[in-house]
Amino acid sequence: MSAGQLKAAITPARLLDENGRLVRGASKPDAEALLEGYRKLVFARRLNEQCGALVRQGRLAVYPSSRGQEACQVACASVLSDDDWLFPTYRDTAAIAARGVDPVEVLTLLRGDWHCGYDPNEHKVAPQATPLATQLLHAVGVAHAARLKGEDTVVMALCGDGATSEGDFHEACNFAAVFNAPVVFFVQNNKYAISVPLARQSVAPSLAAKAIGYGMPGFRVDGNDLPVLEKVLGEAVARARAGEGPTLVEADTYRVESHTNADDATRYRADDEVAEWLPRDPLLRVRTYLTSVGALDDAREQEIAAAAEEMAAAVRAGVGAETVVDPEEIFAHVYSTPTPQLAEQRAALRAELDAEEA
Amino acid sequence: MTAEKMTMAQAINAALRDAIAEDDSVVVFGEDVAQLGGVFRVTDGLHREFGESRVFDTPLAESGIVGMAVGMAMNGMRPVVEMQFDAFAYPAFEQIVSHVAKLGNRTRGKVRLPIVIRVPYAGGIGGVEHHCDSSEAYYAHTPGLTVVAPATNADAYGLLRAAIAGSDPVVFLEPKKHYFAREEVDVAVPVPPIGRAVVRRPGKDATLIAYGPSVPVALAAAEQAATEGRDLGVVDLRSIVPFDDETVCAEVRRTGRAVVIAEAPGFASVASEIAARVGERCFHHLEAPVRRVTGFDVPYPAPKLEHHFLPGVDRVLDAVDTLQWEDAA
Ligand SMILES: Cc1ncc(C[n+]2csc(CCOP(=O)(O)OP(=O)(O)O)c2C)c(N)n1
Ligand SMILES: [Mg+2]
Repeated sequence: MSAGQLKAAITPARLLDENGRLVRGASKPDAEALLEGYRKLVFARRLNEQCGALVRQGRLAVYPSSRGQEACQVACASVLSDDDWLFPTYRDTAAIAARGVDPVEVLTLLRGDWHCGYDPNEHKVAPQATPLATQLLHAVGVAHAARLKGEDTVVMALCGDGATSEGDFHEACNFAAVFNAPVVFFVQNNKYAISVPLARQSVAPSLAAKAIGYGMPGFRVDGNDLPVLEKVLGEAVARARAGEGPTLVEADTYRVESHTNADDATRYRADDEVAEWLPRDPLLRVRTYLTSVGALDDAREQEIAAAAEEMAAAVRAGVGAETVVDPEEIFAHVYSTPTPQLAEQRAALRAELDAEEA
Repeated sequence: MTAEKMTMAQAINAALRDAIAEDDSVVVFGEDVAQLGGVFRVTDGLHREFGESRVFDTPLAESGIVGMAVGMAMNGMRPVVEMQFDAFAYPAFEQIVSHVAKLGNRTRGKVRLPIVIRVPYAGGIGGVEHHCDSSEAYYAHTPGLTVVAPATNADAYGLLRAAIAGSDPVVFLEPKKHYFAREEVDVAVPVPPIGRAVVRRPGKDATLIAYGPSVPVALAAAEQAATEGRDLGVVDLRSIVPFDDETVCAEVRRTGRAVVIAEAPGFASVASEIAARVGERCFHHLEAPVRRVTGFDVPYPAPKLEHHFLPGVDRVLDAVDTLQWEDAA
């Protein structure tokens, strides 16, 4: 462990500062690629806003917003190739959408139709995990199996700061390191686990610093800085693909909204604290930078906004459409072949429903 | 006058407050229980009133919470811990099954663990997956655990006081659907003993046996049956372990017919245990086989489908209809 590695795990790396200026010594990002990143940020923000509205209209049961974390959401998806896997949590709707899954399919869970609305195999996106940190071990398993099969798949495994306190987080990191599995653990440290602040989760110098104990590299990055996230996550993916094992990346970011719409963050944090983070908005700094280098003008901005609006309209229409949920489906997938008991229970429910209709 | 209208969340809050105030060894901890007062506000205000040494948030780890409770109990404290939701207690399963349940027996009673594990449980709230499990069978199947499931706000208060004051570990299952219903609670009545069922409604034609969130369903079914000329009694178990064979069997022997109601999937369930016990003990008094009305043997369904899963009044009355009444005529 060199002093440099320790520093990388503790001091957040940054390329674009809060004022949208490149930090000293940073090489110029490719403007076209960053513009594409910006488009995705705008989409992610718009999706968060749209889902918030759908909750207020009673169209979604609940929505854990990633507002303020959009750079993390976009970056973790954009560094993957099609055959790689993403293991998201309940908060990562925008990341799944950035991976290319139709948001309406993703929202099947939160509108209460079914537990997972997309095909994990088709998109290489695991179902959104609610039991905290449990998915990280699955990610290690997918990665290890890929290696055994001779595939060069990389797995991006997401979790929050709170989830790093669970035993499964520790086990996943250790397994990945011991098996040299091609996994990137990406912790969005948004400073809260519902009401519990980071200081109550960990007194380690950083969450990324935990990587040292497992024998893998750890990096802390400014989680509201899209270029640095794409760089550090991209390098971690490349190392994993090259057989160099797992990496733990911690994004220093902030949960701008309440835990979910059902939560009231004013009970446990001051408005001042939130206000301090608002100028560090991940969209703002990319916009400022792109404008300053002449890559983004009003026309371009309007075009991006219009496209995001179109996406939001499609989400509204899709989520707003009456879905037909088939009561009998609750029996359909429990086993690959239903047990005799389930067949009996299904028939009993059918009879009840028929009697109601008659 | 000590009776007061309060919600079940408030009744549990009052029980915790009174227990902390009366006994210096009582500590309350878990996820979001301090500053926030719990996601259901059950611990609201306790941290402010009693301070960090009595009520505190832990790092986010259920195994850690229960494991630490074991050690604190070994060192003379009475931990009351909260699992945020039923399914989020599963990371603590190892600690609960291998240690909380067994330490007393392993040490020939030298080490007793007065721990209460509070679990907001069961469904009916439109919660997404992992927020609506009825997990009582796992606990009830584990020798060494006392398993309590209050159905009324008064019982939530009294049984929690009893659980905290006892010397054995208790899994305290709180029907979250009823957290915010208001009922009269008298905190001055003597604390009920754990292990005694109560007859909520006498009836002479058949006995409905229920606990926790299914008790209101049973009462509603009895109410409706009365309008149709059938007199159904309701027994509220309150405690699953220990099980009150005496009260249950006395009622069933009087009526000769019984239906057990529970939200959990029926296969290998607490409802099955009850049906078996009643069958064994009341065979010669029974006019019909004991029926179970339970959830289906499927993972708890998504919000838009949960009403098909939950045992409701209609299913209970349908089961009652099958209790071979024609023979009685
Ligand atoms: C095993 C488990 N315990 C508790 C919960 C309840 N819960 C849901 S989200 C959450 C906080 C998680 O915080 P963090 O990991 O920081 O992620 P964030 O929500 O901030 O994205 C808690 C306690 C859960 N989902 N799973
Ligand atoms: Mg967090």
